[in-house]
Amino acid sequence: MDNKLEKIVQALQEKFKTQAEEFRGEAHVFAGAGQVVDVLTFLRDQQGFELLSAMTAVDYWPQVSPRFHVIYQLTSVANNLSLMVRVPVNGDQPEVPTMTGVYAAANWREREIWDMFGVRFTGHPDPRRILMPPDWEGHPLRKDYPLGYEEPQFTFNYEEIDLRKPYSKE
Amino acid sequence: MTQLEEVTLDELKHLVSNRAIMGETMMLNMGPQHPATHGVLRLLVELDGEIVINCIPDIGFLHTGIEKNMEAKTYQKAEVMTDRLDYLSTVTNNLAYCLAVEKLVDLDVPPRAQVLRVLLTELQRIASHLVWIGTHALDLAAMSMFMYTFREREVILDILELVSGQRMMTTYIRPGGVWRDVPVEFEAAVRDFLKTFPKRLDEYEALLTRNPFILDRLYGIGKLTKEKALNYGVTGPILRASGVDWDLRKKRPYMGYEEYDFDVPIRTEGDNYARYLVRVQEMRESLKIVEQALNRLPMGPVRSDNRKFVPPPRSEIGLSMEALIHHFKLWTEGFDAPKAAIYSAVEGPRGELGVYLEGDGGPKPYRIHMRTPSFENVGVIPEICKGHLVADLIAIVGSIDFVLGDIDR
Repeated sequence: MDNKLEKIVQALQEKFKTQAEEFRGEAHVFAGAGQVVDVLTFLRDQQGFELLSAMTAVDYWPQVSPRFHVIYQLTSVANNLSLMVRVPVNGDQPEVPTMTGVYAAANWREREIWDMFGVRFTGHPDPRRILMPPDWEGHPLRKDYPLGYEEPQFTFNYEEIDLRKPYSKE
Repeated sequence: MTQLEEVTLDELKHLVSNRAIMGETMMLNMGPQHPATHGVLRLLVELDGEIVINCIPDIGFLHTGIEKNMEAKTYQKAEVMTDRLDYLSTVTNNLAYCLAVEKLVDLDVPPRAQVLRVLLTELQRIASHLVWIGTHALDLAAMSMFMYTFREREVILDILELVSGQRMMTTYIRPGGVWRDVPVEFEAAVRDFLKTFPKRLDEYEALLTRNPFILDRLYGIGKLTKEKALNYGVTGPILRASGVDWDLRKKRPYMGYEEYDFDVPIRTEGDNYARYLVRVQEMRESLKIVEQALNRLPMGPVRSDNRKFVPPPRSEIGLSMEALIHHFKLWTEGFDAPKAAIYSAVEGPRGELGVYLEGDGGPKPYRIHMRTPSFENVGVIPEICKGHLVADLIAIVGSIDFVLGDIDR
């Protein structure tokens, strides 16, 4: 790990009591859902991480506590550093406070995570689905959501499968 | 036929002004099937006369569940899905994915493969910018540009076909190297392109750069400040046109980019015209890299000889039992990656193309997330189009240069 990055990780440990891991020179910091807005505001304002490069989530189903990790990949353009902040979230009521006040880039990314994983972002200004249709049920990137496929229709089973297709129900 | 539902603004109340709810301004639907939206992007625009007050992009029409599909495939087989993300810069997508896999399993790449990767990604960058300059000029009613740039792009696609057998979905870059060595005709084809292309680029610039119609539509339109660009997560040429010196090829060199001599064009205006100038200059810089790469192309293997991750060459399979076992194991089971997570990024033609990759100790990615630059870049359109005319909105959308396959994944 880079010297500068190590100092930042230590500063986070002292200020917020966060845990940290290292893998292939990357720093992964674990923060609680309650403190993540403060952690990222601190990183943006005091440590120069002005760019939220990526934001995503991972589902560890069937593990329930924590079931999800919400991941913030931060980049410091000024100091040429990057840092990953991971927020474990429980499966029964997945909620994380919104980051739109800190990074505007979080707006669409949070909508995407809500759409794909069903993690709620409290206080989000525009909590609609973004990729799936508005009336879609379920959250596709969850591990308990089946991959699914379209059944190929041949002459002998054309009508049988047609009946099962959603558009042919009327 | 089902009864058509009346469209209401109930769901979007928080995104439009009060005047739209009173019915004083007009809501105009642009897209998804509109030639100027470059694919299937829908823009819901609130207009006061011809002035844009609000713009609400609606994406997801091309969502194909690529991330979910990749989680169900082995590391080698998942790679073909990356081509389908950003179909105008497929080689770059392959590179981003392969670098992530190589970082996760700690795999080395031989020097010849590194130079070939750089060479082809830079050619792909030129091809991608050519599509942009052609379609952007087409939006601004310069019809012939489109024909000219597609002629040049075809030459690059021919080179890609020469090395990989495919014009667009190449999957030429593989974890641990490239698919196979380039054919003997390769060098002559690239040299030919290097000789003709600078002249063509001068011609394009002569047609566009000082053209008063282009200047009218681009100069001072769609201004994006440095702070806003960073806050919105915008990367690539758009960020550099707003005055931020951020290019991953320079700042975090991968594949030996530190050994090449090239400049990163930067403008401070942040308007459409600055974005235009940055991209045109980038094509010239890419050309420099291609030439240097071709001159230094070393001899040697193009794939890592770490047989636990990279299949042996065909010639070995007939002679060695061990090679046959490796071949069989790698193509049926795949290789195991450690239970860990990494993030790796490359500088694509549109910006930072990042891959978040998490392994669970098995042969399939547990979670893969493609951080595609177009997603963030389109998110900034509502911010920069306010107060401009509808016609300028078309110019702004064109200057952002996004690919819908890249956004919706």
